[in-house]
Amino acid sequence: MALKKVKGNFFERMFDKNLTDLVRGIRNNKDNEAKYISTCIEEIKQELRQDNISVKCNAVAKLTYIQMLGYDISWAGFNIIEVMSSSRFTCKRIGYLAASQCFHPDSELLMLTTNMIRKDLNSQNQYDAGVALSGLSCFISPDLSRDLANDIMTLMSSTKPYLRMKAVLMMYKVFLRYPEALRPAFPKLKEKLEDPDPGVQSAAVNVICELARKNPKNYLPLAPIFFKLMTTSTNNWMLIKIIKLFGALTPLEPRLGKKLIEPLTNLIHSTSAMSLLYECINTVIAVLISISSGMPNHSASIQLCVQKLRILIEDSDQNLKYLGLLAMSKILKTHPKSVQAHKDLILACLDDKDESIRLRALDLLYGMVSKKNLMEIVKRLLGHMERAEGSAYRDELLYKVIEICAQSSYLYVTNFEWYLTVLVELIQLEAGSRHGRLIAEQLLDVAIRVPVVRQFAVNEMTNLLDTFTVSAQSNSMYEVLYAAAWIVGEFAGELEDAEKTLNILLRPRLLPGHIQGVYVQNVIKLFARLATTCLELQDLPGLVTLCDHVLDKLQHFNGSSDIEVQERANSACMLIEMLRNQLSTSTDAMAMDTTTEGGIPPLAIEIVQEMTLLFTGELIPVAPKAQRKVPLPDGLDLDEWINAPPPEDAASSSSSEHDKDELFVSATQAGTGADGGEKRRQSLELTPEQLERQRMARLIEQSNNPHYLKSTPTASGASNADQYDNIDDIPITELPLDMEGVAALRVGITKRSDKYLQEQQAAQGSKDGKKKHKKGKKSKKAKNKVAYNSSSESEGEPKPLHIVNTTLDMPEGVSMSDSEDKDGKYDPNDPHRALDIELDITEFEAPAVRSASKKSAADKENLKTPADLAGGGNAAKKDRKKDKDKDKERKVKREHRESKRERKEAAVQPVIDLIDADTPTPSPSHISATSNNNNTSTVLPDAPKHHKKKKNKEKTTDEAPDALATATGSSIIDVGGEEASEVASKVHKKKHKKEKSQRKEKKKASESASVSAIVSIGDYEQPLGISTPSKEIL
Amino acid sequence: MIKAILVFNNHGKPRLSKFYQYFDESLQQQIIKETFQLVSKRDDNVCNFLEGGSLIGGSDYKLIYRHYATLYFVFCVDSSESELGILDLIQVFVETLDKCFENVCELDLIFHADAVHHILSELVMGGMVLQTNMNDIMARIEEQNKIVKQEAGISAAPARAVSAVKSMNIPQQIKDIKLPDLPQAIKDFKF
Repeated sequence: MALKKVKGNFFERMFDKNLTDLVRGIRNNKDNEAKYISTCIEEIKQELRQDNISVKCNAVAKLTYIQMLGYDISWAGFNIIEVMSSSRFTCKRIGYLAASQCFHPDSELLMLTTNMIRKDLNSQNQYDAGVALSGLSCFISPDLSRDLANDIMTLMSSTKPYLRMKAVLMMYKVFLRYPEALRPAFPKLKEKLEDPDPGVQSAAVNVICELARKNPKNYLPLAPIFFKLMTTSTNNWMLIKIIKLFGALTPLEPRLGKKLIEPLTNLIHSTSAMSLLYECINTVIAVLISISSGMPNHSASIQLCVQKLRILIEDSDQNLKYLGLLAMSKILKTHPKSVQAHKDLILACLDDKDESIRLRALDLLYGMVSKKNLMEIVKRLLGHMERAEGSAYRDELLYKVIEICAQSSYLYVTNFEWYLTVLVELIQLEAGSRHGRLIAEQLLDVAIRVPVVRQFAVNEMTNLLDTFTVSAQSNSMYEVLYAAAWIVGEFAGELEDAEKTLNILLRPRLLPGHIQGVYVQNVIKLFARLATTCLELQDLPGLVTLCDHVLDKLQHFNGSSDIEVQERANSACMLIEMLRNQLSTSTDAMAMDTTTEGGIPPLAIEIVQEMTLLFTGELIPVAPKAQRKVPLPDGLDLDEWINAPPPEDAASSSSSEHDKDELFVSATQAGTGADGGEKRRQSLELTPEQLERQRMARLIEQSNNPHYLKSTPTASGASNADQYDNIDDIPITELPLDMEGVAALRVGITKRSDKYLQEQQAAQGSKDGKKKHKKGKKSKKAKNKVAYNSSSESEGEPKPLHIVNTTLDMPEGVSMSDSEDKDGKYDPNDPHRALDIELDITEFEAPAVRSASKKSAADKENLKTPADLAGGGNAAKKDRKKDKDKDKERKVKREHRESKRERKEAAVQPVIDLIDADTPTPSPSHISATSNNNNTSTVLPDAPKHHKKKKNKEKTTDEAPDALATATGSSIIDVGGEEASEVASKVHKKKHKKEKSQRKEKKKASESASVSAIVSIGDYEQPLGISTPSKEIL
Repeated sequence: MIKAILVFNNHGKPRLSKFYQYFDESLQQQIIKETFQLVSKRDDNVCNFLEGGSLIGGSDYKLIYRHYATLYFVFCVDSSESELGILDLIQVFVETLDKCFENVCELDLIFHADAVHHILSELVMGGMVLQTNMNDIMARIEEQNKIVKQEAGISAAPARAVSAVKSMNIPQQIKDIKLPDLPQAIKDFKF
């Protein structure tokens, strides 16, 4: 009988593939692996149908391997459970392994396993239970957690350390799925912290660390036990965990931190294990951050940390270097001075061959710059950018360059001509970057806030507009044209050759709609400026040619597929045509009657003057929160539709205004829809020939592109191609330098921005003697020179050449430091939220604490018994919890934590006082009172504020297109322009002009009298709808 | 918490994958592929920590890896784990494998993937570190192997014979791939 069974087995086994055969087969069939595996799966299905458990076991083992290769094996779930239930350990182990690889908490099959797993957990063989625990830890479901929690808890007090250890770890998984188990299981878990077996102890520490990481406040009362463990244990692994846990606890209780400093410092000095050393340093840093004030000798600890970190960074092991820099960046936030002492080291890391290390060093860089070395550091970064591969790293570099320059309102930038040159170089270097918007914001911000650099800026921007090529790749760098066009228009008065700039702007180019819109708007500004010049010169023919020229070129924009561009171009045409009509009547009159000479008709003069009036007036930066100054008018509901949204068409065309990022796409979408209105309005100003020509062009284009993919007239295509491919032709204006020889040698290898660096170095080398000489050579404005001259040269720092205008339009009662928290971080699905359970730890605590911190009897009498205090604390806690629950949802994470801390204050009091027993502490009531005060002032108003903030955000996004209109001074454009007749629009224009001039006066008044409380909507000039980042850094 | 442990070779072929959070099979493969791409382009003399990896974790997660001969051992962990500690854990894992397989090489991992899983389950359980002492780990593994041998007994003898015949042609010389020397710092580390 037995022989027959063995024989049967033998033959079956002979012909089955085992795991080794499967692997070998797969390796031999590399070419058609998928086919081979599918035949194998068929075989496995056959095997699974047999009764012999060994055969099934073999099949499941193979399935586990196949699963690793990416095949779904959940169809075999039932067979896997069969194998798991085998009485043989070999099969059981294979079964549980397969289950851990392919089951998940949502598997329906799991409900079949409950009793089987319970049997295994209670098995006599500890490895049966061990295997079950290992497997279960990967797929435990809420139901299984509920049903098995008691069995696992029983295992926690098993006689076998192996099982205790696994059961303790398993409980964490149970808590995650079934939070109700935490409260009853916690006393036992805490007991395990003092288990005789180090493995069990370590497991318990591990579990509590994981629990405490998410909800630290509940575990603060355990601090004394951990403190004891930390000072007695020699298990490095456990020490690391404990020290990490303390790092999470100290922000909640600064007094714990004070207590920790000494033992941690000792560990730092004594340990040889780098991992432990590093974690000690990290926690000391966390402690120092939490008690940054009021600690007399903490500078010693900081020094120790920084010194040790320096050793790490200098180590040849790249891992230590990386971690050292990581920890440095934490210190930098609170103790920048200590880190700056090691500037040399950090700068050296910038040249490290390892990208991770360079990135970490970059993070530290913003703390390292000064007025003196900014240019040099930026030069190095630019050099890196040229050499670096990988767009992510280059983008990061670009971002960092801008970050370090723009920090604290350009605190370290002494020469803004240099900064603008750097920005332009960045644009040329990084045509593929995704930070185009950021650069554009910087260009605008600098041009607006640094008046003296505007002349330089407009010339740079003209060059940029001339040479910048919009490449085919989808990137965001073309955004800089937006800024460039706006700058040349807004500060047209600074232009040397405004006509040249105007022609550049009028060139037909393939650009996204919102940029074309800015182009048109700024063409009008430039036109207004040029027309004024003509008026001054009494140059009638010049004015006429100017009008004709602009009118002609604007036709191109008229045909744009972007409705916004059409709108603006049409209005511009109307305006100029009006002027032109006035002029032509006068030229006609001139032709008839030669006696009146060159007189420009008064009406034309008036038009030109009014046009210039539109654009005069200084724009000042607006604070990001300035929107709050505007009271919401009665009866205005921003959520209400102004017009009920039409079903489809409007959505596609309006999208072009809303998301500028998808402009190329939406432009084509809008193209067809806009045609009707375009034709009708064109008929007003175009001759039939022009109309016909345009229509022909359109027809040809449409026939070439059946999908209407391009909406620009074909005429632009040819001129585009040959005009913009010569970046190298950027005219480089060399300023003469006093160290001409040196400069000449370097000129070939350096970039344009380097000349400023050389200037700076030269200035430092030759202090007073050459100062006057140099000043004469510099083509700076008088204002600069005064600033440069009058400042004393006593310090080594270079003096700022330019002054940044930091005046901001700010509403009253708004502080810049209002935190801009993100809601996104708050994850409602986080299982740890459910584990935020108050644990009654305190009554157990008292004896442990006493043994830990051996207090005198007198001390005990001074303090109330811990239990008493805790009782009171708990009651108070419950009350507050109710309140808190209500607005819990709305609060952002940080506020959340702060409020938790507030609640904790009372509960923690007794325990911490115990820890702190030998250092004199202020009376508990005093502490809680002050901390309460602090917290109520910061936390309580936050909820409504936050709400408000959100609203604001919505508002600004809603108004993005509007902001664009106001910023570019396009109040002449009437959005409902389709119906507007000529007369109506004229009236409208006049009205607007008046408003505008009134606004200007008002604004001047408000500027001089600082910010007034009542401001009309008109004062809102948000430059291009882009908020300046530097203000937020403030 | 450890979120995933991946072992793959220099060509990105998975040799072991253990996820402590559920991902479906195709996502698992994507994660392996992405991780391989991130890790493989790094030189051997750069640091062993890597941020990023969009599929798994997020900003709180780090990839910590070691490269031995033809294999990458990658652990994806969150910030509650000590970076250097995990590096040591990888070392313990590899040394344990080395002891179990006697001069471990990639082929051992290929043909005994299940055994590697069993070894790993003595180090890490459900994403948490279970045991770091190599002697304890070895003792557990040997005891379990003893049970397996006992159970196999006579009935498994023919099967063993068959598999012995089948595995005769594994070229022994492939086994000569050796582990590099351990850095001194790790040898000093005591558990």
